[in-house]
This record gives sequence, structure tokens and C-alpha cells, in this order.
Amino acid sequence: MPNRREKLIFEYSRPGRGAQGQWPAKAAVPADIPATLRRASRPLLPEVSELEAVRHFTRLSQLNFSIDTHFYPLGSCTMKYNPKACHQYAMLPEFLGRHPLGPESHGQGFLACMYELQEMLKAVTGMRGVSLAPMAGAHGEFAGVAMIRAYHRARGDHARNEIIVPEAAHGTNPATATMCGCVVREIPVMADGDVDFEALKTAVGPQTAGIMLTNPSTLGVFERRIKEVAGIVHAAGGLLYYDGANLNAILGKVRPGDMGFDVIHMNLHKTFSTPHGGGGPGSGAVGVSERLLPFMPIPVVGRDGEQYRWLGERDLPQSIGRLSAFMGNAGVLLRAYVYMRMLGREGMARVGDFATLNANYLLAKLTAAGFDAAYPSRRASHEFIITAKRQAREHNVTAMDIAKRLLDFGFHAPTTYFPLLVPECLLIEPSETESKEALDAFIDAMVAIKREAEGDTQLLKGAPHTLPVRRLDDVRAARQLDLAWRPAATRG
Amino acid sequence: MTQIPADIRYAKSHEWAKLLGDGSVEVGISDHAQGALGDLVFVEVPAVGRTLDAGEACAVVESVKAASDVYSPVAGTVTEVNGELANAPELINSDPYGAGWLFRLRPAAAGALDALLTAADYEAVLQAENA
Amino acid sequence: MPFIPHTEEDIREMLAAIGAPSIEALFDEIPQELRIKSLTGIPEGLAELEVGRLMTERAKLDGTPLSFIGAGAYEHHIPSAVWAITSRGEIYSAYTPYQAEASQGTLQAIYEYQTMIASLTGMQVSNATLYDGGSALAEAALMAVRAHRKSTSMRLLVPASVHPHYRKVAVAMAGNQDLVFDTIPYVRETGRIDMAALTAHAGEDITAVVIPQPNFFGVLEDVDALTDWAHAQGALVIAVVNPTSLALLKPPGEWGAKGVDIVVGEGQPLGVPLSSGGPYFGFMTTRMEHVRQMPGRIVGRTVDLDGREGFTLTLQAREQHIRRGKATSNICTNQGLLMTAATIYMSIMGPEGLERVAAQSAQRTRELVAALTRVKGVRKAFDSPHFHEAVLLLERPAAVVLRELADRGVLGGFDLAADYPELGSALLVCATETKTAADIDRYSAALAEALRAARAA
Repeated sequence: MPNRREKLIFEYSRPGRGAQGQWPAKAAVPADIPATLRRASRPLLPEVSELEAVRHFTRLSQLNFSIDTHFYPLGSCTMKYNPKACHQYAMLPEFLGRHPLGPESHGQGFLACMYELQEMLKAVTGMRGVSLAPMAGAHGEFAGVAMIRAYHRARGDHARNEIIVPEAAHGTNPATATMCGCVVREIPVMADGDVDFEALKTAVGPQTAGIMLTNPSTLGVFERRIKEVAGIVHAAGGLLYYDGANLNAILGKVRPGDMGFDVIHMNLHKTFSTPHGGGGPGSGAVGVSERLLPFMPIPVVGRDGEQYRWLGERDLPQSIGRLSAFMGNAGVLLRAYVYMRMLGREGMARVGDFATLNANYLLAKLTAAGFDAAYPSRRASHEFIITAKRQAREHNVTAMDIAKRLLDFGFHAPTTYFPLLVPECLLIEPSETESKEALDAFIDAMVAIKREAEGDTQLLKGAPHTLPVRRLDDVRAARQLDLAWRPAATRG
Repeated sequence: MTQIPADIRYAKSHEWAKLLGDGSVEVGISDHAQGALGDLVFVEVPAVGRTLDAGEACAVVESVKAASDVYSPVAGTVTEVNGELANAPELINSDPYGAGWLFRLRPAAAGALDALLTAADYEAVLQAENA
Repeated sequence: MPFIPHTEEDIREMLAAIGAPSIEALFDEIPQELRIKSLTGIPEGLAELEVGRLMTERAKLDGTPLSFIGAGAYEHHIPSAVWAITSRGEIYSAYTPYQAEASQGTLQAIYEYQTMIASLTGMQVSNATLYDGGSALAEAALMAVRAHRKSTSMRLLVPASVHPHYRKVAVAMAGNQDLVFDTIPYVRETGRIDMAALTAHAGEDITAVVIPQPNFFGVLEDVDALTDWAHAQGALVIAVVNPTSLALLKPPGEWGAKGVDIVVGEGQPLGVPLSSGGPYFGFMTTRMEHVRQMPGRIVGRTVDLDGREGFTLTLQAREQHIRRGKATSNICTNQGLLMTAATIYMSIMGPEGLERVAAQSAQRTRELVAALTRVKGVRKAFDSPHFHEAVLLLERPAAVVLRELADRGVLGGFDLAADYPELGSALLVCATETKTAADIDRYSAALAEALRAARAA
């Protein structure tokens, strides 16, 4: 990775320069557009040649870690290989050029892929219906909780507006409940990582709309008494929401539908390997049980005989509605479709197998090397937690220091400081696409860092040393907000 | 070592309350609280004139890694807020019991501070949290 | 095993290190009765060669018809460099830039994007994008409620001429928090917001007024008067704009005396392919005073330990991973890849290129409207200035005409019957710089035939 910075694109700009080959012919601004509605001065866009733009953004890309270049043992994020074929075949010109409001007669190929994707997602999750509309995990969560709320309201039960969330939950869970106009009630987790049963029993009641759970949980362990949890919540009249962040762990082994969940979201950018793109797009398809079928977000793809068509308001009058202007992240869905077709039945079951094998191997080797597992009595799912509490106490070396030092060794940091209830935690998820050699190299780096922690900690405290920048001043960033570049002449 | 002045009162949620000469109560967050939050970057104070219940969330203190609600330790009406914090939230870090005060209120009832923790009580709360 | 590198020897060694007899044993904490034997309903896996053949066949079914549909998604020329770079693994397969030191490329690109989109809209700050234009309007409505502390009504005035799907998304995403969206009608002759109907709300507690420019019909609104009226009522103003049009049109930051408060829109026209509706990106910009109420990621410029310039996510305490139930939104992704494509697009086009795209699109649309209204049974619905779309009234039902056109390989526009039944048979058409004079001739010839066929039927 180059240890240098790249100028801002605006610093390359020269008046009068441009990529003329990309411009259409100059046309007059139509006379009917009055001057009062016209722009007086040009926007701050750079004036650069095509090569300057290409070189600039290529250089920027080289300042990034990515799956194609680095191992990302990033817990809860499932950073697996994004097969190139998925990108290539979603980018066929017919798919790219297809207008979202184009007729179904000119969309049977695309719609067939979407219909089959819905069917495959139903099969892997054990749910009765799937809507591909939500555009990210949190958007899927929103759809799920909105459906739970719509279900209760349709039955005339307006009192149910409380969503139960274990304290280890992703931050999106409580944020989603709030966005849906619900109240959040957190319940504790026991020392072995399972939900506190007694607390759950006390928490449920006629105000319970539902519970949001991740299984395996964010602690990297399988919630063993899930059927009993489902029993308690259902008996109290609530519904169960499955956060699909960790679906990779159980693919082909066990299905949320069989555990008793009423609604789930799937992160296609995790389990089904669509790209993370430096922060998105994601895709948060939702699956539902029988009783939530009428409430699915639209559009959904249906089939009449051999013809595929969109199902909208008329087909699903009780739908929670539209979550995007058109059809969610359609191109992401095509990538997930290609991935699932390439893996097939056997390949999908192997995902759960090898994601779990890799995680348990890393856990075994790291604990053998002297790191502390947060839940030593438990099997790892596809991820697990190491706590650096001891290193923090004995050597004043934090999880953050270890994470930053790993960057120097060429590994992306694991997820740190999540879940919040484990102090100094490193949540590690290797995914199934990493080889044993890659895992061994990561273990070697962790062992080396542990040695550094026990010796001269300066190296660790000041890490990273080999990247384009060292640790950044977040406090300054927040106190002296600099969120957009301005030409020197206009700076105040 | 975290400072816990003996002459003021505290709430379990880490606010402090000081009775001023004119009968109003000054509120801030404890040295322990500012230390746990780290460098503060933003503070939101309640509007002057707002009526608060004891325990009501009425201000937000924000660092780069956390944002935390501040709860009014006593019931009353806000009479004054610390305007300096808008430009210098770090005052809370450097002087939590002085220049870093958040707001002042006219308590709804006399003797409202008596229900709050003494310095010794608060120290015990911190020790229990650390255990 | 596709994408799984383990050899038999690797598996043996790894299980030995774990102390487990088999991979199966690693699942021993899952209750047996929950386990499934096999994934029925999933077909056998395909090699890349086979999946490539399948997808190519599927794509052929969709074809490459000549399209004049706009209605919120626009066909523009995209320089080859845009997706050649965006598809690089270092961009495509990178994670969210939480580890700033390992993500300077992504972070700097976001900072450059924020600069460009803030300038294009005439505002001070931008976030790092939301899901799409529709959800961006929903988020803007929620943000307006947070930002406008004095208004307690949670009521927004939304013109009927805002994209009807955006309104539906706003209701679906914000209605659960009891926001109310009241409709303001448009004038039948002009397609513009009915000022009399709007000003009837004078003196009411209005949280925000939404102003589209151009509106869904392609018509240009009197944005200065609308903005000033809304501000006079104490309401915030949310502008919904087309980014291409802003190369020509007055940016919302300069509307009226004070400029608007929040700007949102669909970023797709900036280098993102139509792709059946997504992934696109929603943009959002605002005034500095509202920055803490803005949802989504924001990047700031700062310095590192050695005092060197660098970029990092900032104001994160607004977001769900810290603020949880009290976050500004539950949003946790942005549309990073599309935002990157748009940043490269804007850099390559530059101010001159984008201005030409906008002017050329507006010009082509006028040529299209002139050609189509020469066809018998076709006339223009509104007599107002417009950008690159227009509504045409047909003497036969638009659905029938569109079917006839599609049979002739022309996608003639968007049928307004479902959303605007009062217009009768109405078609929203669009032309951009991608359409030639020959394309327009082809459409007008096909339309004459289609109308003849519809009359005969």
C-alpha cells in the first residue's frame, strides 16, 4: 500500500480543460426557460482531462484495503470473496439498459431471475414468502418491524408497540424499532451467551409487538433454546424477527423458519456475496411466515403461467407499501442470483460448513496462543469473540491498538468494541473463502502483536505505521467540521 | 483519580447539582462521566424556560465515540444555560464542576437536593460499577 | 468446491487443531430436531460457463428497445472510464470505511463527492448518500421534524406533482412515526403547483413544504415564490431536484430570499445505469446549522498523529451504531459504489460537460414533443417551461398505445393513468442526449401507426 496521499481532484483542475470526447454537442438553453430559473454561476466540478480523472481515482483506490487485496476477519460483516462472474453477468447491456418502468414484455429475463431468487431464498430460510424490495439490512429490518406492527394493527390490536431486543443486538435493531414508532425494551444476556430466559418471561406481555434476535447471536454462539424463546414470545402474542446478519453460519444446516421466526431479513451483501462497495449498496430482502404474507413490501415478482409480472398495491392491498422509488437494488439482486446459481444446493451447504470450520480453527489456534475467548465454553459459529481485557489491564494495550497494528501486518482489523457488553472485544469472522494459509498468517500476526504488547508497546500505541496516514484526529474532525473543499480564494 | 467534590450532590446517572446563593440549582456532569465519554465535541442544552421533571432527559453530551443523555437531577424550570459550551464543549473535560456547567434551574420544591447522593454515596456507586 | 479453497489435508489438520472429529461435530450446539438434511428447492450448482450462458439468454429476452421513458430514471451516456474504475476490486470489494487508515481512498472520494453535490445544489454540507431518491425524501421529512423544533404538527405539504412513488415511500417509511403528508394540487393548464390551494394553508403550523424542480411532469415551478411563501409561514423547505438539471437551473440554495433548508434527489442520472431500478443513490444536502439532524454517513477532513491531512467519518454519534434507539435514522449503509461512480462521472464531465448534457437533453425533448404533437391525436398537456420531460395527451388510452409501441420496439413513455386519472390518457415522455433525430423520427412514425392500430381496435 503506497505510503502517500493523493491530491484532491479539485487541485488538478485547470480552467478550460476537460474530457471533450465525452461531451455532447453544445446546445442552446431552450428559450422557454426564464432567466430567473437559471443558474448564475457554475458548480464546483473539476475541469480535468479523462486521464487525470482515471489516474486520480485509480490512485485513490490503491489507498484502500479490499477483499480482493486483503483478508478481512471482520465479525458480523461476512467479508467473503465476491465472484467476478456475479458482477460481469449483472452488467450485461440488456440488464443495464432496462428501464425500471419498462413493460413486463421487455423484462421477462430479469423478472425470471428475480422470481427464482425469491424462490431460492424461501428454500434456504424456510419462509413462506420473500420480498426483494428492501435496499439494505437496516431497510429490511424496517420492513420487518413495520410488517409486525401492521399485522397487530390489522387485527385491531393497537396496544402492541414494544419491541424486545437483547442487549447484544446490532445498533440497527433499536434504531429500527424507533423508526417504526415502537418502544425498545432491552433484555440481558447470560454469562454463556444465551438470552436471559427469566428476563424474557418478565418482559413479554400484552404490549409485546415482537422480539428481534440474531441467531447465531452477535456473540458468535448459537441460541440453543430458540424454540423455547419462540414459544414464550408467541404465547404472549408477539412475533419473532430474525436479523439475518449471521445467516452465513447456518446456511444449509438450520433454517430460521423452522426455528419459529415470523419474519427475517437477509443481508445479500453478506451471505450471498454481493459487493460491499466501500459502504454499499447492500440488499436486505425479507422473508415472512404465512401470517405476514399480506403485508410484504412491494413490488414482489409473481408468475402467471409462463409469464412473470410485478405484484403491486392491487395484489397486496395490505402491504406496508413501497420502500424505494422503483425495485430496490435490482442489480445487486442479479448478483446474488448468479452467486446462488453457481453455488447450488451442495455449494450452499458447504458455506455453513467451511465458515464454521475456519472460525473454530482460528479460535482454537488463538486461544492456544494465549488469547482469551469471551465464551470459552462455547463452540464458535462462523465468528467468535476474543477479549483483550487482560492485555488492557496488564499492558495498557487495547483492542483498538491490536486492531490498528493488524493493519501494519496487512490484515483488516476485526470488528472492535462490538458487541458493547464484552470489554475490549475483537469479533472475528474469517468466512469460508479464506485458505488455511491465510488463517495461519493471521494467527502469526496476532502472536507477533501479543509479543509486542508484552514488550515495548510504543509500536502498538502508535500503529498503524505503514499506511497512507496514521491514526486520525477524530476530535478535531468533529469540532472543526471540514466537510467540503472550497477554493482558497473563498475560504473564510 | 476521579474528583468528587464534597460540597455538592450527585445523581446515579452521573450528574451533579449545586445549590447557588439565589436558590437556583446548577447542573453538570461528573468528572467520572466526562472521563468515560472522552473528548467532548458537542453539547446540546435545554431551552431556557423549559420545565423539567426529576430524571427527565434534557441535554446531550457527545464525544467522538459516544453520545449520552443528561437527566435533570431535580425538578424545576430552566433559567439559564451555559452558552460557552456551543463553541467550547471541551470545558466539560477540563473543568466539569466549574466552567463546564450545563444549565441552571429554579427547583420546583425547596430541599430537592436532599434526595440526591452525597459525595460518599456517589463514590460508592462508582466503586460498585467498577467491581 | 466453488470459492472454498480447502484441501482434504487442510480439513484434517484444522479439525485436529480444534479437537473435533468432523465438520459436522462443529454444529453440535444446534438442537438436532432443528437440523435440515438438504436444501430442497435449490438447483444444482452451475459452472461459470453455464451461468454465463443462462444469463446471456435471460438478458436477450429483455432486449434493447428504444426507450423514451424517464419518470425518475434517466438514460444518459456514461463514459467507459466510470465503471472501469468503479469495478476495480479495491473499490468494489472494500468495506465501509470505519478503519480510516485502511480506507483513505473511499473516504477521500466521499469528501470529493460531498464537495461536488453540495456545490451543485448550492448548499453547505452533504452526507455520503442514502438509498435512493424516494427514501431520501422520507429521510428528509423525518429530518425536518427533528430540525424544526418549534413546529409540533409533524405535517408536511407535498405537491401532487412530486414523483408519486416518492410520496408512497415517504408515507411507508415515515408514516409509522405519525408524520402527515398533505397534498397540494396542481393547475390543470400549467402543471404547476396551485398557489391558491397552497396559500390557503397560510397561518397553519406546517413543518415543511416540499418543492420539486422540475416536478414529476418535467415542468419548472416558480421556486423563488414557493420558497419565500413557505419560509414566511415558518415552515422549512425541502427541495426535490434532478441533479443533471442543476447544471442549468438555479440551485435550491439560492431559491427565494434565503434558499431552501434540505435538498434531496435521485443521483442515478450521474453515471449510474438504469439497471431495472437500482442500485441508485439518494443525495441529501443541507445548511450547516442542520448537520447534526442529517441521517447517514458524513466524511470530514482532519489530520493524523504526524499532522498530515487525512479523511475520516465524523459526527458518528448521530448514527445507529452509537446512538442505537435514539439515532437520527436506522440507516447503516450508503450507496457507496454508486456514489463513487457519480463522483467519477462528475469529474469527467466537468461543469461544461454536465451543462451540455442538460441543455442537449432539454433540446432533444423539445424536438421530440414537436415531432410527436405533429401526429394526429396527440397534444401537449401543459403550457409551461419544462426541463427534459413533457406530458402528452393521447386520444386513445395510453396503455393500449404503449403496447402497440412496444410491439414496434419503442418504449414510448410512462402511462400517467394510475397516478393522475384526472388527466385522461396521458403519457410522460423524455429524451436525453442519447437520442438522435433518427430515434425521434422512429418514435413519431411508430406513434402514428400505434394510434391508427388503437383506433382500428
